[in-house]
Amino acid sequence: MSRRPYVREVSKTRWYFKHPRYLRYMSREITCIFIGAFALLLLCALGRLADGQASYESFLAALQGPWSIFGLLVVLIFAVHNATSWFNVTPKAMPVQIGEEFLPGRYVVVAHYAVWIVVSLAVLFFAGAF
Amino acid sequence: MNARIVQLDVLRYDPEADSEPRFQRYVVPCAEEWVVLDALNAIKESIDPTLNYRWSCHMAVCGSCGMMINGEPKLSCHAFLRDYAGVIRVEPLANFPIERDLITVADDFIDKLKRVKPYLIPARNEPVPEGEYKQTPAQLMKYRQFSMCINCMLCYAACPEYALQPMFLGPAAIALAHRYNLDSRDGGRDERQEVIASHAGVWDCSFVGACSEVCPKAVDPAGALQQVKVASTIDWFKEHLLPGSGK
Amino acid sequence: MEIIETDVAIVGAGGAGLRAAIALAQAEPALRVALISKVYPMRSHTCAAEGGAAGVTKPDDSFDLHFDDTVGGGDWLSDQDCVEYFVREAPKELLQLEHWGCPWNREADGSVAVRPFGGMKKQRTWFAADKSGFHILHTLFQTSLQFPSITRFDEYYALDLLTDDGRCQGLTAMEMRSGLIKQFNAKAVIIAGGGAGRMFPFTTNGAIKTGDGMALAYRAGVPLKDMEFVQYHPTGLPNTGSLLTEACRGEGGVLVNKHGRRYLQDYGMGPETPLGKPQLKTMELGPRDRVSQAYWHEVQKGNTVSTKWGECVLMDMRHLGEKTINARLPLVRELAISYLGVDIVTDAVPIRPVVHYMMGGISTNTQAATTLPGLFAAGECACVSLNGANRLGSNSLTELLVFGKRAALSAIEHIQGLPAANTAALQARALESQARIRELFSRTDGNESMSGLRKEMMDTMEKNVGIYRHEAGLREAVDAIAALRERYGRVVLNDKSNVFNTDLFQVLELGCMLDCAQALTVSALARNESRGAHQRLDHTERDDRNYLRHSMAWYRGAEAPRLDYLDVVVTKSPPGVRDYSGDHK
Repeated sequence: MSRRPYVREVSKTRWYFKHPRYLRYMSREITCIFIGAFALLLLCALGRLADGQASYESFLAALQGPWSIFGLLVVLIFAVHNATSWFNVTPKAMPVQIGEEFLPGRYVVVAHYAVWIVVSLAVLFFAGAF
Repeated sequence: MNARIVQLDVLRYDPEADSEPRFQRYVVPCAEEWVVLDALNAIKESIDPTLNYRWSCHMAVCGSCGMMINGEPKLSCHAFLRDYAGVIRVEPLANFPIERDLITVADDFIDKLKRVKPYLIPARNEPVPEGEYKQTPAQLMKYRQFSMCINCMLCYAACPEYALQPMFLGPAAIALAHRYNLDSRDGGRDERQEVIASHAGVWDCSFVGACSEVCPKAVDPAGALQQVKVASTIDWFKEHLLPGSGK
Repeated sequence: MEIIETDVAIVGAGGAGLRAAIALAQAEPALRVALISKVYPMRSHTCAAEGGAAGVTKPDDSFDLHFDDTVGGGDWLSDQDCVEYFVREAPKELLQLEHWGCPWNREADGSVAVRPFGGMKKQRTWFAADKSGFHILHTLFQTSLQFPSITRFDEYYALDLLTDDGRCQGLTAMEMRSGLIKQFNAKAVIIAGGGAGRMFPFTTNGAIKTGDGMALAYRAGVPLKDMEFVQYHPTGLPNTGSLLTEACRGEGGVLVNKHGRRYLQDYGMGPETPLGKPQLKTMELGPRDRVSQAYWHEVQKGNTVSTKWGECVLMDMRHLGEKTINARLPLVRELAISYLGVDIVTDAVPIRPVVHYMMGGISTNTQAATTLPGLFAAGECACVSLNGANRLGSNSLTELLVFGKRAALSAIEHIQGLPAANTAALQARALESQARIRELFSRTDGNESMSGLRKEMMDTMEKNVGIYRHEAGLREAVDAIAALRERYGRVVLNDKSNVFNTDLFQVLELGCMLDCAQALTVSALARNESRGAHQRLDHTERDDRNYLRHSMAWYRGAEAPRLDYLDVVVTKSPPGVRDYSGDHK
């Protein structure tokens, strides 16, 4: 038999370097590490809160250190990247058909941002920021 | 005719002569408005008749001529030379075994296409002489986009999930199943769910979205897969939370 | 050599082949069907058809009207019993496709929509945007997947028919990816291999349209009928030859020369209809042969636009508006922008007639049977004759369905009560077929280039067998093709691999095209009249007394084909005048 189909290897660890769109995808996926870390931090905060006011306040004081602020900023950037990259693709998952036409994707995207902003403002309000 | 000298590095492979694929450089005069396929045809006609590739319609509707051009899955009949500078790298479509030169083994795709039951399973079995199933223009538009797939397999070449998990059904097959699920005349969704709402089906997809980026017909298979995920999730909740809807 | 036993073998998996396979699977699920194609089914050229498929549906339409349009459009060379059968079956087939999921365009009330098309008195062309052929093909292919009795042999190149005891009993085919030749023993064979437009340099046809199916039957002793009738589609892109559907004109597009004049009115298709309000069967909705011929005259008069790809006329669709174009002609817009850099929304697009369809082909009767028992044919490769001397747009897609099914039913009838096959005889034939290929591989002392011969063939066809022909040119073509056939015997393979050797396939395809071209040129030279798509500058009138007959070319190996004639079947429409002027009754 003369056939000998050749299978090209794909690297399991470095495939995402092959194209910018894969790097973009990985940057979105990597945000989950930082968001997960922040979720753990919140759990710690809850734990400290349960321990009493002094414990909680020293926790908050520790968070105000320069490295901590820097770390939280990094988390914020990744969280925003996570939110925006997912918002931008939600129209694909939820097409809105009106008659024979489809609602342009940007309406769905803008609606997500609007809700995000409103909810964020509400959280800040109830947190006493203003 | 303005000749532009184009250089192509083409991946060659003859299993009867080569132990593995190797690049071959071709230098060929081309017209300005040509596509890569025209360059390949010029090579085969006047420079190297042993070069092998698939093509037919030259108008991006038959889906034969998919290949990697500078690392991007494209239809060679729709890859315009004017968009490329320098040496153009031409390789067979990624994620499929190479049969010969630019020709891949498409068996896995064909097999998967069949498995999703991509045919109308009528909701109501009305005999043909009674006339057509009525379908409004709005009902037609609901699925029409997903019926445009030309089976060119560019999406499989772009999908890293398919590259790493060969069992994955893949974008085109699932999008085609979705096309029938959305067709108002169809009643076969449950049958297809078993295949597409499974591990090797839609849940292997992590929404990289590369498939939709490379699709030459704007079918948006990524959208189809996410829509299937949403619909399947709703199904699951209905089944487990609503009384009396268990199957 | 591996032997595959089957009941019906189908060569070609386009619209006609797939329809035949499904018909067999539905009618007789116990029958084994082998569907053999040199490409995956969805690559078949049916996918490139754009405009639509004709079938009577509207209450103001009738079978008689569809019949009259078709017979007149065919310049009375159609066999009228065949046309009568066709028009009756047409709506049933289109409805069946709808039931299989074809996404036909719809009216607001949900019923199937129809659009106007060239040469048709009433609107009866069913369509799916401007990708009708694509949707028909994919609907058929996907539908075929549910039948276990259909076994597909994708990328198998059919080599020779196996004939014994006066019957066709199978064929040999090469598995393209391995080079292995296999013998298919079948009780019936249906050929649905498509046309041969690639004999010409400017064509809408894809690479695969090389007349393999026609040659297969021809070499087995079945005559090729009416080969001289080649349709030029009036509106093709001048550089790639890509098709811009007739629906452009159906939606209201107009053809103008370099002076901005809608020149068709000067060729018996006037008076000029209002812009954007096309009237059926006149002006831009005249039949394809007349519209293409008008172009040729405009070239002679110097009224055409000179472009770097040759002389063109302009098709203007700007008045249709962006919304209509995007809804009804999206593919056309995309093609013109991509390949020519012209946006039909803002500019008129240069076009020229390009070879599109072969009215002629394997001679069959209305039951899709050839002169060889056990061999059937359907689709563009066949000539029933439905289309006569000129095909009306949108009749061909319906033809695939009607005669694909008919061929299947005829094959089932034929299979009943057949005597057992002489396996030794069939095996001997198969070995002869294999030897032919082996000889090609082992040939070392040739001096001819396949692509050189192919170019010479295309050049003489373009020059001498175009829209208008004359005796001197046709003689030159006949001699040139005969010489090319002789030189073909000295072509050497550059690629000797067994694995997907497209050099080999192109050499074999060239052989098929040369055989078809010879039948074509010989038939054309002998037909001393002008009828439909066959126009002679030296015989400008239609001659019903001598030529209301089909040309029949019979293969004679290395010799030129023998030519004889078969009378056209006339039932209720005696030859009349083709009147495409606006004031016709």
